[in-house]
Amino acid sequence: MEDLRLVNVTKKFDNFIAVDSIDLEIKQGEFFSFLGPSGCGKTTLLRMIAGFEIPTEGNIFIGDTDISKLPPYKRPVNTIFQNYSLFPHISIYDNIAFGLKVKKVHKSEIKDRVQQMLKLVKMEAHKSKFPNQLSGGQKQRIAIARALINEPKVLLLDEPLAALDLKLRQHMLIELMNIHDAVGITFLYVTHDQSEALNIADRLAIMNKGSFAQVGMPDDVYERPETIFAAYFIGDTNLIEGRVVEIHDEFATVVCHTDSEHEIEIDTTYHRQPVLDEVITLSLRPEKIAISRRPPKRKDDFNILQGVIEDILYGGTHTQYIVKVGAHFLRVFQQHKKVYIDELSLDWEEHVYLYWHDTDTHIIFETDKNKVNSENIMKTIRRK
Amino acid sequence: MTYQSNIKRFFDGFNIVIFTLILLFLYIPILILIIYSFNDSKIISGWSGFTFKYYKILWENENLKNAFLNSLLVASISTIISTTIGLITALGLENRYFKAKKFIQGIIFLPLVMPDILMGISIAMLFSFLRFPMGRMTVIIAHITFCVSYTIIVIQSRLKGFDHTLQEAAMDLGANKTKFFWKVKFPIILPGILAAALLAFTLSLDDFIITFFSTGRGFNTLPIYVESAIRRGSVTTINALSTIMILLTLFITIISKPIRKMII
Repeated sequence: MEDLRLVNVTKKFDNFIAVDSIDLEIKQGEFFSFLGPSGCGKTTLLRMIAGFEIPTEGNIFIGDTDISKLPPYKRPVNTIFQNYSLFPHISIYDNIAFGLKVKKVHKSEIKDRVQQMLKLVKMEAHKSKFPNQLSGGQKQRIAIARALINEPKVLLLDEPLAALDLKLRQHMLIELMNIHDAVGITFLYVTHDQSEALNIADRLAIMNKGSFAQVGMPDDVYERPETIFAAYFIGDTNLIEGRVVEIHDEFATVVCHTDSEHEIEIDTTYHRQPVLDEVITLSLRPEKIAISRRPPKRKDDFNILQGVIEDILYGGTHTQYIVKVGAHFLRVFQQHKKVYIDELSLDWEEHVYLYWHDTDTHIIFETDKNKVNSENIMKTIRRK
Repeated sequence: MTYQSNIKRFFDGFNIVIFTLILLFLYIPILILIIYSFNDSKIISGWSGFTFKYYKILWENENLKNAFLNSLLVASISTIISTTIGLITALGLENRYFKAKKFIQGIIFLPLVMPDILMGISIAMLFSFLRFPMGRMTVIIAHITFCVSYTIIVIQSRLKGFDHTLQEAAMDLGANKTKFFWKVKFPIILPGILAAALLAFTLSLDDFIITFFSTGRGFNTLPIYVESAIRRGSVTTINALSTIMILLTLFITIISKPIRKMII
């Protein structure tokens, strides 16, 4: 097995801890993604695997070999750089052949393998061009070919699509997945773009301040965030702090206290049973909430709240409503499908019903100390 | 026609006049020089008929040929050495953590602003203080000294545009530092190195003042020989010599164009 293993990997720059004792195992052939805001340490972690940085503590293994102190040119990994870093003075053919030429592979073999790579990235027609004659997407393909020709155990991709425009990015993402399926090498993909990571990765790790906020499959991380940071960083969410007042077999009732006048009761299912009277945070994705002037016809297993529309923001694929419920502000996304609209469109200051299924509420066993949620909501409300 | 467009027309005309005058002042002397190199007269006064006589005299002048070969020798050796030193220094000054960097950068710039005569005298004094015999060796040393500043600066400007992520890319692909240098960095900065060499060569070839102070009896470079020949009064042969030099320079300019293209 050629799994990639990180054991207690730490990197300090003077007194700043960029990466804080990370443990991780990535299986051979997996498409794994590091996702996090800029400065979270994801690139430093990648550079330690590539060999451009040496860990202050801890070890990196590929299979049973400890590579943590090897120079980059002795590691069985290759990197795709954000700015491609193609060699400007040699042709596309020579760029791709570079790794093999350095290793003194026989010429006829180089020719065959370069041809094979050009075919893989669909760039056969461009082999005698120079890098400055190619577009961004084409350069990216060449960078991929130049790395993969060395048959690395792990391919590291450092925000490879950041410099491309949206449509090309979506296209290249699919292309990358196809290439991954074709070569079966472990891909390690660093990005700050959540949709890229969710789309492409088998598993992903959300990073914050040098450590992992959560590691898991994309749907797991999105639907069942374990930390406030994970819930908040991926997608949008409503975070509501509350106290557990009742625990049943399949669900718990949480009272969200704001002040004595306003109390909301929310039912939620759970994956780990909470303790009575425990203070927890509920995460509720805005797209899970339905909004309407009338209450729903079905009521079992539904949470139903009443509120007033505070603000409306049109967003193309959906409209965002900010609804004041008691002293809470909740964000609600509604799509504009004609089949959904059985009434006149909602207006500012209207009284509405919000409802969602119990299973769409998720418990996070953490309290929102930094008040990221409420502050962020206040920023999205326009000043009146 | 409006008042403003009249003003604009006036200045456009003015520009053209100035431009033409500059061109005339620059090139008419050279043109006269070339024409008179074919003039069959001992003094520069009036046209007395076409001749190749002075070119023939030049060809038969052993002293002149010697001076010319000396110039080529000095220029070649000082170019090779000063470009090598310049390359090594420029690469060394890339190190961000090198503390004396600013100081050394200042020392490098100093010879560029210092008058040649000062440099010439100081070099002459140094050699005489060391009782070093003046001649070919001292001239070469002096030329290397003043060319090094130029080569360092030209190579540095090329290095400034070098994308350092290429080093990571090369090492990632299996190249160690030596291979990275010879396969990636050196070919990319080569146009800068060639430009530095070309500059050093021309500077050395036409230097008079510093050579004058650093040479000894019996070792003449071309500019030194020309100066003494003019003092002795054989202006007409010098016209022919200058014409040859102009053609030579023109040739170098033309072959340097593709090199400059590579830099851009």
